[in-house]
Amino acid sequence: MNPIIEMRDIQKHFGSVIALAGVSVDVFAGECHCLLGDNGAGKSTFIKTMSGVHKPTAGEILFEGQPMNFANPRDAMDAGIATVHQHLAMIPLMSVSRNFFMGNEPVRKTLGIPFFDHEQANDVTMEEMRKMGINLRGPDQAVGTLSGGERQTVAIARAVYFGAKILILDEPTSALGVRQTANVLATIDKVRKQGIGVVFITHNVRHAMAVGDRFTVLNRGKTLGTAKRGEIKHEELQDMMAGGQEMVQLEGSLGGTV
Amino acid sequence: MSETQPTAAMADERIKQRSRLREAMIRPELGGIVGTIAVFTFFMLFAFDSGMFNSQGIMNWSQVSAQFMIIAVGACLLMIAGEFDLSVGSMIGFAGMMIAIFSVTLGWPVWMSILITFAICIALGAVNGFIVIRTGLPSFIVTLAFLFILRGFTIYFPQTIERKTIIGGIKDVAEGDWLAPVFGGKLFPGLFNWFGEIGIVDTFERGTRAGQPVVDGLPMLIVWALLLVVFGHVLLTKTRFGNWIYAAGGDAEAARNSGVPVARVKILMFMFTAFCATVFATCQVMEFGSAGADRGLLKEFEAIIAVVIGGALLTGGYGSVIGAALGALIFGVVQQGLFFAGVESSLFRVFLGVILLGAVILNTYIRRIITGEK
Repeated sequence: MNPIIEMRDIQKHFGSVIALAGVSVDVFAGECHCLLGDNGAGKSTFIKTMSGVHKPTAGEILFEGQPMNFANPRDAMDAGIATVHQHLAMIPLMSVSRNFFMGNEPVRKTLGIPFFDHEQANDVTMEEMRKMGINLRGPDQAVGTLSGGERQTVAIARAVYFGAKILILDEPTSALGVRQTANVLATIDKVRKQGIGVVFITHNVRHAMAVGDRFTVLNRGKTLGTAKRGEIKHEELQDMMAGGQEMVQLEGSLGGTV
Repeated sequence: MSETQPTAAMADERIKQRSRLREAMIRPELGGIVGTIAVFTFFMLFAFDSGMFNSQGIMNWSQVSAQFMIIAVGACLLMIAGEFDLSVGSMIGFAGMMIAIFSVTLGWPVWMSILITFAICIALGAVNGFIVIRTGLPSFIVTLAFLFILRGFTIYFPQTIERKTIIGGIKDVAEGDWLAPVFGGKLFPGLFNWFGEIGIVDTFERGTRAGQPVVDGLPMLIVWALLLVVFGHVLLTKTRFGNWIYAAGGDAEAARNSGVPVARVKILMFMFTAFCATVFATCQVMEFGSAGADRGLLKEFEAIIAVVIGGALLTGGYGSVIGAALGALIFGVVQQGLFFAGVESSLFRVFLGVILLGAVILNTYIRRIITGEK
């Protein structure tokens, strides 16, 4: 099986700063590929390159086997690469169904005038949210009344419904409580089972270990290799992220609780 | 967490049961609805015999309310899109003056004067919007500048050209014009004649118009108000564009990320607000037969007050055209009603302030329930 997207030896320089110094990652359909790294490791730059925001300084992007050059995020979106940002593209004052279809509203013509097809929008929203395990009070419930985890789920469900092949989740669990995190991780698992390649960015090893199939650690703009589930232990990932030695010392002084 | 709990029940446990009545009550227009009922009850009790609720009285406050409604619809959609237009009042004065100068001073046909004025004013609305979008400045400031600029021109032009600040004689030049009745005419005169005959509407008893109904038709002003309210409501709630209006005002960045053309939506709403102001001005000029440099003073605030009474959020992303229309109705009924009730007219402001405060407190409470705002 070929990967949906293959990023080969990607480099990205911003002036004299080398943000990415040759990173290779590939994502297969139906897997959850965790991208781990501490703050400043280059995770954000890397996913922005993947989603068409940045152009790589050097390196190759193969999408479904073809070399790809995304001019802008819209290109990447059209190809099927959806990103759910930390800053969610959700409007709290608007209903779930209005949010779900924002920018892609279904229309039905009456007397030649295109009207927003609320009926279809509501049905689809309820159905998609049910699939993700969230029972809404109604499709007209405002997003502001949902919890952080539920909002993430709406954003994910929306990306999936609009045909994402690769779903990039930028630290979806970083601001969530324990139970909400569990819900989001369960959602990731559901999405993966639908054959979508999930790129899960996090700096929480525990969250990564819970759903990840493969793990790539970024450190100072470089990959420290990709490991499969079962081939690597929690502590090893933690060490790689932090850059080894110092972490061992730090952990010792904190009594092994990190 | 118990293992046996099924997922459905788990999700349901957090959904509070709500009664049908509560569901029906909790809506953005509630403040406007309650205010309307309160205001009508008040005047039914205290001014019923004053002639406020006979055909002439109804026509009186309906026309005043319709004026407020016309500008409130524009202000409402613009506010939901996240922007303000403080130049509405000056735009009304400016548009009226343009029509008068074109048709009376320059002697152009009235229909042409009206159409050109519409084009100029809508273009000015676009300029407002364009500056706001391009500079990223608050629309509050940009349109405040236009409040002064347009008012200045409204006084300057007639003074330099005609040496006066009121231009009259529009009724004479509008005689026989095909477009003028669309703003100044009356609908269904036959129907109202019949109303007069069967006694629904009073008839004149003496004078040259004896036997004719005192209300001889439905003024186009009211027709425009109703058309604009229906148009605004349908646009906002039933179309894709309406969703974009909410989105642009709710969070412009998030909307842009989702592919909503935020700049286009906002500029179009500025243009629509200018259109509404011009409709107001044209109706007024056709009714009075003159244009004055002080017309439309403070109308921008009255429009905004009507919109806020109607449940819209000042910061955008939330509101209702029906609510704004009710706000305008409250405004008109109170203003005229106090006159009918024989209350000292200065108390109008007190009354209005109390209603504004009450409606906004109620609206804030409702909105928190609906949107989960903290």
